[in-house]
Amino acid sequence: MAETGIGAAVRRKEDQRFLTGAGNYVDDIARPGQTYACFVRSPHAHARIRSVDTKKAAAAAGVVAVFTGKDVADAKLGSLFCGWMVTDRHGQPMKTTPHPVLAADTVRYVGDHVAVVIGESREAAAAGAELVSVDYQALPAVVSSVAALKSGATQVHKDVPGNLVYDWVLGDQAATETAFKRAAHVTKIDLVNNRLIPNAIEPRASVGDYDRGTDQLTLYTTSQNPHVHRLALSAFIQIAPETKIRVVAPDIGGGFGSKIFIYAEECVVLWAAKKIGRPVKWTADRVEAFQSDAHGRDHVTHAELAMDKDGKFLGFKVSTIANLGAYLSTFSSSVPTYLYGTLLAGQYATPAIFCEVKGVLTHTAPVDAYRGAGRPEATYVVERIVEEAARQLKIDPAELRRRNFIAPSAFPYQTPVALQYDSGNYVGALDKALKVADYAGFARRKAESTKRGKLRGVGFSSYIEACGIAPSQVVGSLGAGVGLYEAAEVRFNATGGVTVFTGSHSHGQGHETTFAQLVGDRLGVPIENIEVVHGDTGRIPFGMGTYGSRSLAVGGSAIDKAMDKIIAKGRKIVAHLMEASEGDIEFKKGMYTVAGTDKKMSLGEVAFAAYVPHKLPTDQIEPGLDETAFYDPKNFTFPFGTHICEVEVDPETGRTSIAKFTAIDDFGHIVNPMIVEGQVHGGIGQGIGQALLEACVYDEKTGQLLTGSMMDYALPRADDVPSYTVGLTTTPCPHNPLGVKGCGEAGAIAAPAAVMNAITDAIGAPLEMPATPARVWAALQKRAAKAA
Amino acid sequence: MKVSMTVNGKPASAEVEARTLLVEYLREHLRLTGTHVGCDTTQCGACTVHINGDAVKSCTIFAVQCEGANVLTIEGLAKDGKLHPMQESFKENHGLQCGFCTPGMVMAGIDIRRRHKNPTEETVRHELEGNICRCTGYHNIVKAILTAKM
Ligand code: FES
Ligand code: FES
Repeated sequence: MAETGIGAAVRRKEDQRFLTGAGNYVDDIARPGQTYACFVRSPHAHARIRSVDTKKAAAAAGVVAVFTGKDVADAKLGSLFCGWMVTDRHGQPMKTTPHPVLAADTVRYVGDHVAVVIGESREAAAAGAELVSVDYQALPAVVSSVAALKSGATQVHKDVPGNLVYDWVLGDQAATETAFKRAAHVTKIDLVNNRLIPNAIEPRASVGDYDRGTDQLTLYTTSQNPHVHRLALSAFIQIAPETKIRVVAPDIGGGFGSKIFIYAEECVVLWAAKKIGRPVKWTADRVEAFQSDAHGRDHVTHAELAMDKDGKFLGFKVSTIANLGAYLSTFSSSVPTYLYGTLLAGQYATPAIFCEVKGVLTHTAPVDAYRGAGRPEATYVVERIVEEAARQLKIDPAELRRRNFIAPSAFPYQTPVALQYDSGNYVGALDKALKVADYAGFARRKAESTKRGKLRGVGFSSYIEACGIAPSQVVGSLGAGVGLYEAAEVRFNATGGVTVFTGSHSHGQGHETTFAQLVGDRLGVPIENIEVVHGDTGRIPFGMGTYGSRSLAVGGSAIDKAMDKIIAKGRKIVAHLMEASEGDIEFKKGMYTVAGTDKKMSLGEVAFAAYVPHKLPTDQIEPGLDETAFYDPKNFTFPFGTHICEVEVDPETGRTSIAKFTAIDDFGHIVNPMIVEGQVHGGIGQGIGQALLEACVYDEKTGQLLTGSMMDYALPRADDVPSYTVGLTTTPCPHNPLGVKGCGEAGAIAAPAAVMNAITDAIGAPLEMPATPARVWAALQKRAAKAA
Repeated sequence: MKVSMTVNGKPASAEVEARTLLVEYLREHLRLTGTHVGCDTTQCGACTVHINGDAVKSCTIFAVQCEGANVLTIEGLAKDGKLHPMQESFKENHGLQCGFCTPGMVMAGIDIRRRHKNPTEETVRHELEGNICRCTGYHNIVKAILTAKM
């Protein structure tokens, strides 16, 4: 088993189909009689809809149907919704925004969905959409969160006065103010966390299908959480009862958060399929993806760190304005609050922390969770200010961190911002990172760069994240509309082989391999004989899906719990067949043995006996070997680590190249180290993208999206990033059965601060992300002018 | 318009519109859905196939322009159930996650190795500029292309 068991770098089972073009992505699906949907979208950031004339479109060749906001209102389709109710500093619930699946009277961002044309072909639908004439009365728009808060700013929704969704606080304000009074030194920083567009390479797509005979609706859609989709389509959009809806999320080409949410297009496609009695397919083109996928980040922050004369942190205060876009997307409200404010302790024993966050509406696409979701923003604030403090106090940044780390002996550690960290060894990860990155040799490398006329800098990011979201009671008390457990079914087949049904969803993470390793290792079954099924509400138990690096910690634990039940039932069967007492029967790697005897029976034999129960007392032992478990985590998990980035800046051009990137992470136990490394690489790639290249820009006056294509929005290419050096320390999670934590977001959380700290070190001047050559060059000129 | 070409070693002909892109022809007429569409501006490379041995973005050429051509897609790479060395290398090096960019990456990778006998990491990274991957951070893709046994 060792070569495919827990800890082995098993090559992925799913790769065979992906490498031979046999994957099954949503756009690959073709249902008989399928039609095609094309959405009519707002060209304005803000406008009143005077009228929508669909006559010409409806009469055009190849057009099957046209639906508008009035049609969905007449059909009483429900509104898109936000599933997390945040309570503000005065104890009041946040403001919410209705969000019809097709706009009825007002559009609020460029790309807002106004009507849908359904055609016999993609081309017919698109040509029809051109013929829909919408009479807009353009209105003034506001796109920046800071501007939206100014008095007199244009209102995005009349029910949200001053565009303020909530004014939320966390931590002890009085204690923090007192700490600042005692401070020998205060470091202040102003930061913008740039708005990003996720850009999974597979665009969103949906196929709605209706079976008249059974009155069943099937939605094939790009979802990270098909059961959440089913629940929403039923309970909120009110298309049909849950029993009548099946949601299938087959192979999905990347998500990064953007495919968690419930979007208008998938609701419309499913509803329309029933309405016209034919399958309806919609695939976003990239322009639509830029305009209408939920965006990420977009914070404006002021932070202050109070220290004593030795650089010991005394207090930390953070004030953030978070842009939520034009409507509240599914989990948007939780991202800048419970997934952000709670992480502001970082790895440090800062005794007093106070954080305030204003969530603001603007005339831009909705903003929601994007890889890391709140935690990259928190890490960016903490790690930028710590490094700035080190610079001001002239203390080595590694040393300043060391002085302030929560000690390994201090766990469990209650932070001043709600979370209780379960375990950690921050100094361990830092020390390893220093060694692997050869920090001691930095001065030499810098001198060498200087000789070549280049500016070299080094930057750290010692991050913490809260993953494995989350204990249902805790998130429920904080306003979440759902529980955050996970479900699994482990089905031993009569003739051998195991089928695992998981509520987790893989959109690149390799669950078919990792989960097979988990099951194979414990049940003693070769991984080729294990089939992992996910992404189909018609087959899997009600699961919550994949985001927040939760698949292994929560989904894997659910599988483990189902295996507990399988093993326990097998023990009963063995006890009966071998006439032994249950207490004497041991189980290891697929084999039951009776203590003190040479009697043994394999799980395979037990399974056969369970399905052909000729010798079982079926009034006491049910036939079959098939168990379902729901696992609700006891706490978040807390992966951590230190990333160190070294950059070289060309002062002539302002171009930054990453000379070295070292990541030491602690994810607890590892099932497949190859997959874990891949997850870290991918996260770092996106983090470097945020730091150096990516920025979503709306025109301040018109609200037009200026970065609406891959030609205008710079995604990292292979020659923008280096090869990465990654390594691990191992501090197992103490409260889940596998001791695992989650690895999917670490890179995106840690990397931006490491890169920006390195550039700041290199050029000796502050600047905002993305650190484009133009910005770096301008910062250098400014610094030179100041010095002159 | 009628168009005839060889796709993965087999003759294929069909009536298409003049505006039909090669990628649409492959995906929708021939149901060869391994070739993907990730953008509308010729940036992502998910649609890369070989036309007469050269890597070409199939979203940026009309089907009718391929009259008489020899087209190879990801589906045609493995021979008798045996993966092409580039496919093998992607698997061995974990050069794919969600798999969406992968067909284009593999086809581009083969072309890079055909044109550069012993490429450096820098060459491979530079040559890959026309293929975007959002999952892997490129590390393992570059490794896979560099070490493919071809
Ligand atoms: S689909 Fe051809 S380059 Fe993106
Ligand atoms: S593997 Fe997902 S885009 Fe490359």
